[in-house]
Amino acid sequence: MEEITALLVSRYNYWAFIVLMMVGLYGMIAKNNLVKKIIGMNIFQTAIILFYVSIGAKKDATIPIIEHGHHGEEVVIKAVDYINPLPHVLMLTAIVVSVATLGVALALAIRVYRQYNTLEENEIKSQLSEE
Amino acid sequence: MSEQFPALLITVPLISAFFITALGWRSAKPAYPIALLALASALFSSMGLFGEVLKHGKVSYRLGGWPPPFGIEYAVDALNAFVLVVISFVALINLIAAKRKVDGSFSGKSPAFYALYVMFVSGLLGITVTGDVFNLYVLLEITALTGYALIGMGDKHAPLAGFNYLIMGTIGASFYLLGVGYLYLATGSLNMGNLSEIIPTIQSKQTIIFAFIFCLLGLFIKMALFPLHNWLPNAYSYSPPAASGLIAPLTTKVMIYVMIRLVYSVFTPAFSFGHPILPTVFIWLAIIAIVMGSLLALAQKNLLKILSYIIVAEVGYMVGGFWLGNSDGMTGAILHIANDALMTLCLFLVAGNFIFVLKNDRLESFKGLIHKMPLTMAAFIIGALSIIGVPPTCGFFSKWYLIKGGIEAGQYGFVAALLFSSLVNVILFFKIIEITYFEPETKDGHSLHHHVAIPREEAPLSMLIPLAITTLLLIGVGLYSKEIVTGIIQHVLPTI
Repeated sequence: MEEITALLVSRYNYWAFIVLMMVGLYGMIAKNNLVKKIIGMNIFQTAIILFYVSIGAKKDATIPIIEHGHHGEEVVIKAVDYINPLPHVLMLTAIVVSVATLGVALALAIRVYRQYNTLEENEIKSQLSEE
Repeated sequence: MSEQFPALLITVPLISAFFITALGWRSAKPAYPIALLALASALFSSMGLFGEVLKHGKVSYRLGGWPPPFGIEYAVDALNAFVLVVISFVALINLIAAKRKVDGSFSGKSPAFYALYVMFVSGLLGITVTGDVFNLYVLLEITALTGYALIGMGDKHAPLAGFNYLIMGTIGASFYLLGVGYLYLATGSLNMGNLSEIIPTIQSKQTIIFAFIFCLLGLFIKMALFPLHNWLPNAYSYSPPAASGLIAPLTTKVMIYVMIRLVYSVFTPAFSFGHPILPTVFIWLAIIAIVMGSLLALAQKNLLKILSYIIVAEVGYMVGGFWLGNSDGMTGAILHIANDALMTLCLFLVAGNFIFVLKNDRLESFKGLIHKMPLTMAAFIIGALSIIGVPPTCGFFSKWYLIKGGIEAGQYGFVAALLFSSLVNVILFFKIIEITYFEPETKDGHSLHHHVAIPREEAPLSMLIPLAITTLLLIGVGLYSKEIVTGIIQHVLPTI
């Protein structure tokens, strides 16, 4: 039991992202309303973004901007003192991708609504089977 | 100029998309010529790159001048260059054939269509040319997003099909992104060449195995391997014919390429094929995909649905052939990327011609087509023979390598599945060809009298010429299969 608690506490960022990811996945697969599916999709993508952001963070580290000495002297740079900026930069791109996906998804949802006059999946399915 | 080919390949179509959209506000006229020029230049660049790679070996291009592994590298070897030529050729041919369909179906929105079209192609080219796993994710999503939009431009059920594709596609891409995250955690690098040097040195392989599984799971969703194929048939059959001729031949094939690239150039063959269970599991998934894809194709009543399920089966061919792990199986899988792209292009162009004339793709409306559209039907028959695998069409040769590889690896289930799917294809296509020999019924329900000639009503020339080129290539590539295998594919295969 203690081991499990230790695992939960020491790796809480991973647990948080797993829980969020599962919430999103559930929303995408199990929800009936198309907009709720889109919200699930967004939660799912955000979970992965948070995962990336958390792997770049370090305890007692600062932002990765190197301060040059005022009089031109060489400053020793220790990588340990800085958080890893790369995952964060990658996630800027991933956020853009997820916003674009959201836009396309909502646009498609509008077209679906114009076609079937509903956004509930079961009602659309019953319309399809009537044909 | 030739050293700039990897960058020009992507940027020319991408920038032309902006011009098409910007000029599209004033007039729809320049959209088509700009798209045509952009894709012609992409074909020129990829051909140039291909020649360069065959002559001097691997090409490495540093974007922005940053050396790898810090900057993004575009790395081209014989395998990429080969796939690049296939992509840009298929895209250009389908664009020529798409002109009349676009004019007919969405006149006001044609600049939007062409802009999405060239962006989709630049995404696919980017996926193929890049040497960076995260850059690959971004380009994957560019391709996917433009693909959803292209499919959503169709009428009736197309938006819903596009929406379902979007949900599944996003899950797939996110899994891939998660895999890349694990890979970065374990290695601290995103460059493919650098990763393949670091991975063998890592002692604890657990994180790498999870990265491997997540990446492949994402790709399996994107390539529609059988239990994950649900989005594909509706998306491909409801999308506008001008777009399905681009999306259907290329998307799944490029995803197969990405799988090959990851397994070879990132995870290294020693790691990927070293696992005791995974390759066998993948081969069995492929067997199920082939059998189920073929059976589901038999149950359909629309030509496009049939072709979509055939794609599901063909994905099984390539995944299975690749995971056999011997040189014959892999040769077959890589050769089949090109062959299947051409065969699918041919059949979707045929379907496009049918829909252009008949306004639908239900099999029962095909009666009398052999007299009505003899040229399109000739192309259809050659395309069908190629899917079935009759020499000298190209479909025979890749299937031959796949079967040889299957026997060599002792995977008789895979060989049996291939033969079963060929048999099903025989039944399927001969059923369709038989229908086209029937005489159409007149309006009062009686069949036309024998000597009343059925009027010919062919598709326009701008759709027939691309189809003729594709059909001739099916035979041409078949006849030169040996040269392609010894000249190109043998250079690509690593030793395992």
